[in-house]
Amino acid sequence: MLRIPCPWCGPRPENEFRYGGQAGVIRPADPAAVSDAAWGAYLHLRDNPKGRHVERWRHLHGCGRFFTCVRDTVTDRIASTHKPGEAVA
Amino acid sequence: MTQPFRTAAGGRVDRGRPVRFSFDGQPYEGYAGDTLASALLANDVHLVGRSFKYHRPRGILSAGSEEPNALVAIDRGPGRITPNLRATAIELYDGLTARSQNRFPSLRFDLGAAAGLAAPLISAGFYYKSFMWPPSFWRRVYEPLIRRAAGLGRAPEEADPDRYSHRYGHCDVLIVGGGPAGLAAALGASATGARVILCDEQAEPGGSLLDEPGVTIDGWPAPDWVREAIATLGGSVTLLPRTTAFGWYPGNTIGLLERVTDHLAQLDGTLPRERLWQVRAERVVLATGAIERPLVFPGNDRPGIMLAGAARTYLHRYGVKVGGRIVIATDNDSAYRAAIDLHAAGTEIAGIVDSRTRVDGEAVQAARALGIAIRAGQTIAGTEGRSRVHSAKLSDGTGVIPCDTILMSGGWTPSVHLFSQSRGQLVFDAGSGTCLPSEGAVGACAGVFDLAACLRDGTEAGGSEPRRFAVAGMPALAHGRPPAAAKPHRSAFVDFQNDVTTKDLAIAAAEGFVSIEHTKRYTTAGMATDQGKTSNLNALATMAALTGQDMQAVGLTTFRPPYTPVTFGAFAGVARGALFAPVRLPPIAAAGVVLEDAGTWKRARCYPVGNETAEAATVRECLAVRNEAGMLDASTLGKIEVAGPDAAAFLSLIYTGDFTGLVPGRCRYAVLTGEDGFIRDDGIVARLTADRFHVTTTTADAAFVLHHMEDYLQTEFPGLRVWLTSITEQWAVIAVQGPRSAEVLAPFIPDIDLGPMPHMSVRDGHIRDIPLRLFRVSFTGEAGFELNVPPDQAQRVWDTFLQRGVTPYGTDAMHVLRAEKGYIVVGQDTDGTVTPDDAGLAWTIAAGDFVGRRSLSLPDMKRPNRKQLVGLLPSDPAVVLEEGAQVAGDGAVASLGHVTSSYFSPALGRGFALASIAGGRARIGATLSVRMPRGDIAVTVVDPVFIDKPGQRLKARPVQPVAAEPLLPPRPWRAPTCRPAASVRLTVLAPTTRLAIRAGGPAATGIGLASGVLLPTVPNRSVIARDRAALWLGPDEWLIVAPDDAGDLRAEALKAAAGHPVSVVDVSHATRTIELAGSAAAWCLNAFCALDLDLAAFPVGMCTRTLLGKVPVVLWRVAGDLFHLDVARSYVSYVWDCLEQARLELADPVVTDT
Repeated sequence: MLRIPCPWCGPRPENEFRYGGQAGVIRPADPAAVSDAAWGAYLHLRDNPKGRHVERWRHLHGCGRFFTCVRDTVTDRIASTHKPGEAVA
Repeated sequence: MTQPFRTAAGGRVDRGRPVRFSFDGQPYEGYAGDTLASALLANDVHLVGRSFKYHRPRGILSAGSEEPNALVAIDRGPGRITPNLRATAIELYDGLTARSQNRFPSLRFDLGAAAGLAAPLISAGFYYKSFMWPPSFWRRVYEPLIRRAAGLGRAPEEADPDRYSHRYGHCDVLIVGGGPAGLAAALGASATGARVILCDEQAEPGGSLLDEPGVTIDGWPAPDWVREAIATLGGSVTLLPRTTAFGWYPGNTIGLLERVTDHLAQLDGTLPRERLWQVRAERVVLATGAIERPLVFPGNDRPGIMLAGAARTYLHRYGVKVGGRIVIATDNDSAYRAAIDLHAAGTEIAGIVDSRTRVDGEAVQAARALGIAIRAGQTIAGTEGRSRVHSAKLSDGTGVIPCDTILMSGGWTPSVHLFSQSRGQLVFDAGSGTCLPSEGAVGACAGVFDLAACLRDGTEAGGSEPRRFAVAGMPALAHGRPPAAAKPHRSAFVDFQNDVTTKDLAIAAAEGFVSIEHTKRYTTAGMATDQGKTSNLNALATMAALTGQDMQAVGLTTFRPPYTPVTFGAFAGVARGALFAPVRLPPIAAAGVVLEDAGTWKRARCYPVGNETAEAATVRECLAVRNEAGMLDASTLGKIEVAGPDAAAFLSLIYTGDFTGLVPGRCRYAVLTGEDGFIRDDGIVARLTADRFHVTTTTADAAFVLHHMEDYLQTEFPGLRVWLTSITEQWAVIAVQGPRSAEVLAPFIPDIDLGPMPHMSVRDGHIRDIPLRLFRVSFTGEAGFELNVPPDQAQRVWDTFLQRGVTPYGTDAMHVLRAEKGYIVVGQDTDGTVTPDDAGLAWTIAAGDFVGRRSLSLPDMKRPNRKQLVGLLPSDPAVVLEEGAQVAGDGAVASLGHVTSSYFSPALGRGFALASIAGGRARIGATLSVRMPRGDIAVTVVDPVFIDKPGQRLKARPVQPVAAEPLLPPRPWRAPTCRPAASVRLTVLAPTTRLAIRAGGPAATGIGLASGVLLPTVPNRSVIARDRAALWLGPDEWLIVAPDDAGDLRAEALKAAAGHPVSVVDVSHATRTIELAGSAAAWCLNAFCALDLDLAAFPVGMCTRTLLGKVPVVLWRVAGDLFHLDVARSYVSYVWDCLEQARLELADPVVTDT
């Protein structure tokens, strides 16, 4: 079980969390102004890196907050976690 | 004479306690402290099993869990037969019944041994090459043949009657292995004040020290030093004997299997058979030791051929001589110790065959001094003997040595399985030819074989300064030669468990297998439960030679968990039978009800009367709703309170509709789409006040919808001032539907005028003195209401209506009624590819952006031939189509879609269906064909609304003023009572007032001041002030707990917020509180809760949401030994039963107060 440091609650067992996919995929402010291709990319295209991955997690069975987590997809080591709006190192 | 090979004295067995046991029906005697293997050897039983593939007679190879040969079944009665246990790891108890495996009709005469004669035919790749043609043989001939031959041992057929438990553990240092290095590490770690767990797979810690009565440490004989070390550690270190660290998982989580009762003659009714620990360790010290390697020579698998180190273990630990005339084959010094010790015990040593041409050193000289013949530069070229080896042939052809035992040593392989599982970096050590962990290992696991060095390194690995121990009596041994490659031979076994020989490896090499991972799979070397413990390095050395590579280039195969087999029972723990998954029951119970699963809930399918069938009950229930009045328990529907100044704007982004113009007191049907434009859920959005909404979801998707809303609120629309609070279990819901519904309700509802209440509206009021949130909504097409009442009061309201003649109806009738009106059920009439327009719900779509809107204008979403929801009427009215049946054009083959809902309609007197059909709306009036098992059925495509298309029936009749009537008295709720135990007590507390507060900083301060308890700002902390408390649950989220008579706290809180946006939701009824009090409270919780509940990690006053078993709870440490668990009402019985399972394990004096 991973131990994930929630930016509010501190390190907690993985089963309290829910994975939220790649971070930084921002919903277009005016979806109607976006081309079909760009919208399709927003919907479906995600990175799948081997190594450092900036991703969203939610402390579902905890404080309920979404946060940003920098995880290595090879070692599963978590480099850092950040509250929304905080700069990701 | 019994136990002819028992020594006169010595060993650690209790000779005062003889133990009787049987093997293959034959009675034997051993001593307490024996393993099954040592007791069999004491009785001169060497033949204990037949090999997996060739059915070759096999004996006992080792003295530990690495045993590949001596796999037996232990029979403790029905359901308690465990196959494939290692005889070397089974503790003997009185009455133990063991059976050999893989033989028929008997171990000595096995018909399957014919496979051995065919061995040349069934070498590596046999299955792949042989069972190819003709293909018609694959299923009928080859598969049954292979299945019969496959597998080892027999699984029991009855249910397992034993209990198993789980446990979460936390420590600073976990030490795996209780040998010299592990014990020293524990001493070193405990001296630093760290929390330490030491686990060891054997009954008694000490490891190799138990084999060394002649060695002293600081003047103590080694076994006595072990005793002293254990005594020193006793108070401060968690010692887990009989506990195997079987797997290393991410986050330094180590899986431990603790065998609790397998060694007991009498099973204890309270203890679990096994405990599965998940230990989270800051640091892991691997002191797992090393495993001796067999030598690979022709005929190296006969009974009587075993590892030299194992022979010393049997001699010193169990007082057993493994044979009468022994040949020793070795390539290193350590086997000489076996020769010397067995010689001293009076066993004849027929010679030492040493592959080294030059032999010297302390142990060699000692053996030579005893007159033992040493044949240097020689190996064993072959052996003879059927059920026991009787001779060894020398490689130089100089002769054959008669013997009854051959002891072999090919050097020692560090046990790096766990380290490999941790994804650690293994470093090849060219000197010893083994792979060593780059960090975290100590002692033999790290390639250190000198005892004094192991002890010194251990204390350092534990975290202390290295401490020197005075070690005496241990000869200096030359270790560390890479294993020699063996020549291909069909009976030179590399992997005993999987019957892999050097010839198999040669075939693999010849056929072009280069990667060791491929060779492993092709030959099965190192596979299965053995994971190559004794075989891996020998296979590697042989492959290296065969393929002309060096060992480092060939590399090791990946070791996989578990290290040794783990029972399914241990993995399941308590999660079987009634506790497999939480059973969520709605708050209303009824006699005779038929239940069905709905998401995580149980719901009433129908309410048969007397001998009525479910079908007949459904027809009666449907007609009652259409003609009179019926009631449905709709409590399981998800409910979310959405509050804040931007609530309407937020809901308009989440659902397809626009709710900014919705008038307070009115409701609207709402469809939720994903960003891909497909329907995910639907429900009712009710506006209570300008900034407060009550939203319903489907039963199954309640948790998803809340998560989905939180996702968008927190990450896409964080500027909106809105908060979401689940109120699913705060309210029980009774839907009263039918033309007489208003008439039935009116006498009980004094403060809401039902007549003028329009369809799709909501009012807060009372049913008698009970708070009521009344919806005028319909999922049946009839005029109807949904009564939201506190769940404790729901039963009496239900019972009162029942007495008044309202017919209860279940989900079966609900489905018929809603389908007659063409109302969809998400997940049944939709499947994740259905847009609102596909489902005929385009009318719900408002102007402006919402989640999913943009996708609806993608080209494929506007395709005219998309599947659309339509109605179907079978030409034969008696036919009810099968849901899921394919629909095609008349006579055509290609499917146009499928039937999504199909029922018999009592109102129409015929079968009808909803279907998803390509271009369906344009086909209305057409005849299509539905594929049914008994042939095609002609159907007519129709509009999906079958009853009352204009919606006339939704209008309620005016209600005449009626006299008020009382409700039945409430049924008291009976709290469960716990089995008494001194160390922990469970109580369900009486309900109290609970408010869910969501607010920003200034408002929070104001609310804290007004409600008499300041809201804590430190995460996961609580504040208690007099009779109330405030718990931090999130950065803008608190729970206020107050006595039941605290007055209207919600109104006070809202007033105190003084115009700041807040959400204050009464959630008093949504949960109940289970109190755990007593010294074992944290221990009980840790059977199901993964948090570290040590006082330092989880101090008094700490509170948090977490998981307990499979359900979410709020855990609050009120005092050192006092916890409160807030549990959603429907989960209380699950949590209670789980905790009771944990309490069963407490060896408590039972308190007899009542």
